[in-house]
Amino acid sequence: MIAPDHLDATFAALADPTRRAILARLASGEASVMELAEPFAMTQPAVSKHLKVLERAGLISRGRDRQRRPARLEARPLAEATAWLELYRQFWEDTYQRLDTLLDELKASEDGAGTRADGGRDR
Amino acid sequence: MNDARTLQVTTPTDREIVMTRVFAAPRRLVFDAWTKPELLTRWLGARDWSMAVCEIDLRVGGAYRFVWRGPDGTEMGMGGVYREIVRPERLVNTETFDDPWYAGEALDTLALTEQGGTTTATTTVLYESRDVRDAVLKSPMDKGVAEGYDRLAELLASAEGPSEEG
Repeated sequence: MIAPDHLDATFAALADPTRRAILARLASGEASVMELAEPFAMTQPAVSKHLKVLERAGLISRGRDRQRRPARLEARPLAEATAWLELYRQFWEDTYQRLDTLLDELKASEDGAGTRADGGRDR
Repeated sequence: MNDARTLQVTTPTDREIVMTRVFAAPRRLVFDAWTKPELLTRWLGARDWSMAVCEIDLRVGGAYRFVWRGPDGTEMGMGGVYREIVRPERLVNTETFDDPWYAGEALDTLALTEQGGTTTATTTVLYESRDVRDAVLKSPMDKGVAEGYDRLAELLASAEGPSEEG
């Protein structure tokens, strides 16, 4: 069974647009702080701070290389976070499918009764 | 799958959940399905939970009250007040649960647009904080989601994929 607690950290980490951009960059391969600082026009300490949050959330890991400590994407927590969104979506999709059925019935009964112009339908 | 009709869930801001879905019916029918108790009871809620109470006073400032009953008799109630009613295109109401599974009150907006007899329904739920929003995302309708957890487990299994790089 999944412990949902660590998802708090995941969602908090994902809430920041810069961190999402960093993750998107890391999706195409690992990168050092220096390599990340450049495209994002950020100082290295600022990048490091974001990486720390991402690392705490388990979204990335840092390499052992002393000099570079490259950051790399960890797919699993991200997959879990999207899975929660997917679960939420599925709940509502189930519900909306019942609404589809109901709307089909309403349309059919309207057609059966002979549809009138829209203007006559207020109540 | 039919893409155009698939439900989209997005989180455009820190405090919102937005769902977009297309229905094959004119929007006045969709609006009715959302606002008439005899219709709403037929679709709104978790699978296997029936709507035992559905009271709607469809006026600005009017209240609504919904209570669902689960297979084991457990009840879950919620309610709120209508803030804006523009038939058949827009409905704004507050929502609060009796036994709050998230803090405070949320604001729901339903917007309906119609094109060629089909309706796009966009529902926006605005929560009091990002923490609350995230908690809601993580607990899809809390009670009665055992089946959901099973599906989550399946999803995670498939999301993990076969690759495990050293």
